Amino acid sequence: MTATLLADVPTVELDREDRLAAMRSGEVGAVHSWELVTAVDGPGTRMTTFLTGCPLRCLYCQNPDTWRMRDGTEVRADDLVARIARYRSVFAATGGGITLSGGEPLMQPRFVAHVLRGAKELGVHTALDTSGFLGAAATDEMLDDVDLVLLDVKSGDEETYRQVTGRALQPTIDFGDRLAARGTEVWVRFVLVPGLTDAEENVENVARIVERWPNVTRVEILPFHQMGREKWERLDASYALSDVNPPSPELVGRVRRQLEAHGLPTYVG
Amino acid sequence: MSIATDARLDTNDVRGWEGFVDGPWRDRIDVRDFLQRNYTPYEGDAAFLAGPTERTTRLWERLTAMFPEERERGVYDVDWQTPAGITAHAPGYIDRDEEVVVGLQTDAPLKRAMMPNGGWRMVETALDTYGYPVDPMLKKVFTEYRKTHNQGVFDAYPPAVRAARSSHIITGLPDAYGRGRIIGDYRRVALYGVDALIAAKRHDRAVLDMERASEDVIRAREENSEQIRALNELKEMAASYGFDISGPATDAREAVQWTYFAYLGAVKEQNGAAMSLGRTATFLDVYLERDLARGDLTESQAQELIDDFVIKLRIVRFLRTPEYDALFSGDPTWVTESLAGMGDDGRTLVTKTTFRYLQTLYNLGPAPEPNLTVLWSDRLPEGFKRFAAKVSIDTSAIQYESDRQIREHWGDDAAIACCVSPMRVGKQMQFFGARVNLAKTLLYAINGGRDEITGKQVGPATPPVGEGPLDFDDVMRRFDAEMDWLAATYVEALNVIHYMHDKYAYERLEMALHDSDVLRTMACGIAGLSVAADSLSAIRYATVVPVFDERGLVVDYEISGDFPTFGNDDDRVDALARDLVERFMEKVRAYPTYRDALHTQSVLTITSNVVYGKATGNTPDGRRQGEPFAPGANPMNGRDTHGMLASALSVAKLPYDDAQDGISLTNTVVPSGLGRTEDEQVTNLVGLLDAYTGADGYHMNVNVLNRETLEDAMEHPEKYPQLTVRVSGYAVNFVRLTREQQLDVLSRTFHGAV
Repeated sequence: MTATLLADVPTVELDREDRLAAMRSGEVGAVHSWELVTAVDGPGTRMTTFLTGCPLRCLYCQNPDTWRMRDGTEVRADDLVARIARYRSVFAATGGGITLSGGEPLMQPRFVAHVLRGAKELGVHTALDTSGFLGAAATDEMLDDVDLVLLDVKSGDEETYRQVTGRALQPTIDFGDRLAARGTEVWVRFVLVPGLTDAEENVENVARIVERWPNVTRVEILPFHQMGREKWERLDASYALSDVNPPSPELVGRVRRQLEAHGLPTYVG
Repeated sequence: MSIATDARLDTNDVRGWEGFVDGPWRDRIDVRDFLQRNYTPYEGDAAFLAGPTERTTRLWERLTAMFPEERERGVYDVDWQTPAGITAHAPGYIDRDEEVVVGLQTDAPLKRAMMPNGGWRMVETALDTYGYPVDPMLKKVFTEYRKTHNQGVFDAYPPAVRAARSSHIITGLPDAYGRGRIIGDYRRVALYGVDALIAAKRHDRAVLDMERASEDVIRAREENSEQIRALNELKEMAASYGFDISGPATDAREAVQWTYFAYLGAVKEQNGAAMSLGRTATFLDVYLERDLARGDLTESQAQELIDDFVIKLRIVRFLRTPEYDALFSGDPTWVTESLAGMGDDGRTLVTKTTFRYLQTLYNLGPAPEPNLTVLWSDRLPEGFKRFAAKVSIDTSAIQYESDRQIREHWGDDAAIACCVSPMRVGKQMQFFGARVNLAKTLLYAINGGRDEITGKQVGPATPPVGEGPLDFDDVMRRFDAEMDWLAATYVEALNVIHYMHDKYAYERLEMALHDSDVLRTMACGIAGLSVAADSLSAIRYATVVPVFDERGLVVDYEISGDFPTFGNDDDRVDALARDLVERFMEKVRAYPTYRDALHTQSVLTITSNVVYGKATGNTPDGRRQGEPFAPGANPMNGRDTHGMLASALSVAKLPYDDAQDGISLTNTVVPSGLGRTEDEQVTNLVGLLDAYTGADGYHMNVNVLNRETLEDAMEHPEKYPQLTVRVSGYAVNFVRLTREQQLDVLSRTFHGAV
C-alpha cells in the first residue's frame, strides 16, 4: 500500500549508493504519506506530509507506523514540492499551507529544509510539527523558512516526560527558547492522557514553561483517543494504554482552566 | 414565449406594478428582465433576521404533531376515491384562521392524492400497501378506458430494453412513475397574473395555427390547448380559496400566495420524481422590499410570510410504493429552491430574502424540504457566505453547486431541478433518464454480455475473457463495445418513455409556465463510476485474475498488488474515471433523441446506490457482490485516504462539459473536523467551498454531524424526527431511511478531520 499512500508522488528508484547520497544531501527523503487536512496541523486547509523516523517512543503515539525511517517510501523533495505547487490555490482560498509532520521531521533535516525552501519559493505558508527533541538539528537558515512551529510539549517535568517518551525534556525547552528568541510563531500542543499526563502539577509545569514564550499564539489540548490502537496491534507492538479511556469533559475543562489561568490562549482539539 | 397581445401588458399603470422599474418585461413574459431591473442586492450579514412568530410556531407544531403517525404508517391519510387534478379537491387548510399562505394538495394536510396517469399499478400497489380499498370503477377507468403512461411505454419497448431493464443494467427508469424534473416558472403567475399568461399562449397558438399540420405541429397545438386549459383550472382552484389570480399580485403577501398557487397546481396534478420550485427568493424579495419600504410590512411579518410558504413546501406529499421508496428513500419530493449566485452583470443575486429562506431552518428547525441549494461563488458577499456555512454546520440541510459552471452554461436565471440538474427557468426542461449501471457494464464486458449473477445473455454475445490475469487494453476494448450497446439500448428506452409521457401524462401546468419554445435535454446518467474506475485501475496497476464458476462465468477476482483508487487526487486513476464519463457521453450522443433533445448526463444516484450495488456481482476492485456503490460521483467508502478535499478534487476532475446534468458529491464531516471554534469552522467551510468550486468542482453536499448522533438515531428514531442527512444531492430524514441505508450512511468515510 505504500505507493498508494503517496497518491501520485513518484517513488525514487536509485541504486543503493546513489540513494544514500541523495538522502544525505536531502534531495530524497523517507515519507509515510500525505493528506489534505483542515482544522488540524495549523490554520486553514493543509497538505500535511508525514515523514518516517522518530527518536521518541511515546506511549500514546497515534502513528507508530512512522517510527522507523525504513518504513517510509523514498521520494524526491522536488516531487513533493511539485505536489505542493498544485495546491497553491487551495491554500490561498483557505488560508492554509503545508505542514511537515511525522514521525519526527527533524530526523531528516536536510530533506525538510529542501521542502520548506521549495514551499517558500512558491509563497506557501509552512508549519513544522515537532517534539523539539531534535531542535538542534534545525539550522537558522531552515527556521527562516518556517512560519509556524507546532511544538509538542508532552509533559512539564523530566520524570513524566521520560515516562511518556523515553527521552529527556530539556532539548524541547531549549528549542522553544530558541524559537522565542527568533520570534517564530508557535502553537503548543499537549496530549492529555488520563493517569499519565493529567496530574495538576504536570499541567502547571507545562504552563510555566510555555508562559515564558511570548511567541506562543495558541495552546491546543489534544484529548487522548484510542484511534491508534489498531496500528499498534498491526505492528505487534505492546501498547501500554489499551485500557485507558479518553479524558472526561470535566478533566479537559480542568486542564483548560489551569492553562488559561496562566494567560495562555487555549483550545481543545 | 413571444410578445403578448393582451392590453394588460401594454399599459403603464398596471395594478400591482407600481414603483417597479420599467423594461422589456412589461411587453413580454420576461421574469429575468424584471428581476434585473428591480432587485436589491444585499451585501450585509444575518443580523437583521427575525425569529418565528408565535403563530408560525403554533401552526408548525400542529403539523409536527401529525408526523409521528405518518412515519409509523408510511402515510397519514390517502384520498382513495378522487383521482388528482388541479381542481379535483375542495380547499384544504391546516388552520384557516392561522395560515398566512393557503392551499393544500387535497382537502386536508398530509392527505395524499392518487395520480393514476403515470400508471395504475403504482396507485393500486400503494393503496394495498397502506390498507386502502381500490375503487373498482376507477380501476376500470384507468385500465380499460384511459390508457396510462406506463401502459404506453410497455406497448413500445423492444425486447432488448426489457432485458436490460430487468437485469438492472438500466435502472430506475421513469416508465411507471412521473418523470418530474420540470420546473414551471411559478413566478410568472405573481408577476403577470394568469390572464396575461393565457393571452401569450393564445398568441403562440395563432402562430402554430398558421403552420402546416405536421406531427410536431399537431402535438404542439394540442399541448398549447392543454396548457391554456390548465391555466384556467389554476384560476378556478385559486378562486375556491377566495383569490382572484387573473391579474398580477399587488403586494408581497399576494406575490407569495400567487407563486405558491402556481406551484400547488403543479403538485396537485403531477407526481413527478422531483417537483422543484425554481429560483423564487430574489423574485419575492422585490415585493417584500417594496412593502417594507412602504411601511406595509415589518421584518417579522416578512419572515412570517416566508416561513409559512416554506411550511407549505415541507408538506408536499405523493402516494408512492415501497419499491419506489427503496430507490429514492425518505419520501423525497425535491422541492428544490436555488438560492444566491451571481448575475451576469457582476452583482450578487443574494437578497435579504435569500437569508430569510435559510432562516426557516432555524425558525422551523432543520428539514430536508424544500431542498435549499446555494449556488456558490467565491464572489458571493462575505456575510452571506458565512451565514450559509453556519447554517450548514448547524443543520446539514444545504447543498452547494458551482454558480460559475451553471451561469456559464445556462445563464444567471437557472435553477436546479432535483439535486444537480440545472436549467434556465421557464425556458428549458429535461427528459429525466435515471441512469445506467457502469460497474455492471464492465462485468458484462468481461463475461461476453452475460449477466454475472443470472448467467443470462443480455448484451450482445462476444467471446468472454480467457484464464489468467486480465489485460487492461483487452478489457478496455470489450468495455467500450459493451458501452456502445448500452448507449443504444438506453437512448431507445428514453425515447419511448418520453414520447409516452408527453402523450399520456403531459405536465400541462408546468409547461404552461414555460415559453412555448423550450430547450429540451435528454438527461442520461451513470452509476457506479468509482467502482468502474477503481476496477480498471486494479486491472492496470495490480494483477487481477478472474475466477470462473461451473457455468463458465467470471464471478470473482483474485487481486494481488497495489493500485491507486479514485478519491485521492491521483491522476493515474482519476484519468480513468474522467475517460469513462467522456466515453459514455460520446456514445450516447451518437443516437438521435425524441424531440431533438440535447444529450446530457449526470453522475448521480441519490440513495439508489444501495439498490444498484445489490444488483451487481463481485467487481475487480475487490468490492463484494451486493455491497453498495458509493453515491453519485463519490469515491468508494474508505478508499479516499488523503482527506476530504483530496477526495473532492478527484471528483472535480470529472468534466462538466460531458456531464451537464450534474456531478454529485456528498461529504460528511464532524464539526470538530472543521475547526476548534464555531468561527473557525465557518471560516474553514467557506474556504473549502471556495477551493472546491475554484477547482471546477460542481456540487457538494455537506453533512456536519457526529457518528454518535447517527448511531443514537438508529436506535431511537423517535428522538430525531427532524435529523437531516445529505445523501448524494439530497437531504433526507435519517430516521426515514431503511436500516440498510442508515448503515451505509454510517460506513461512508467519516472524515474525523477533513
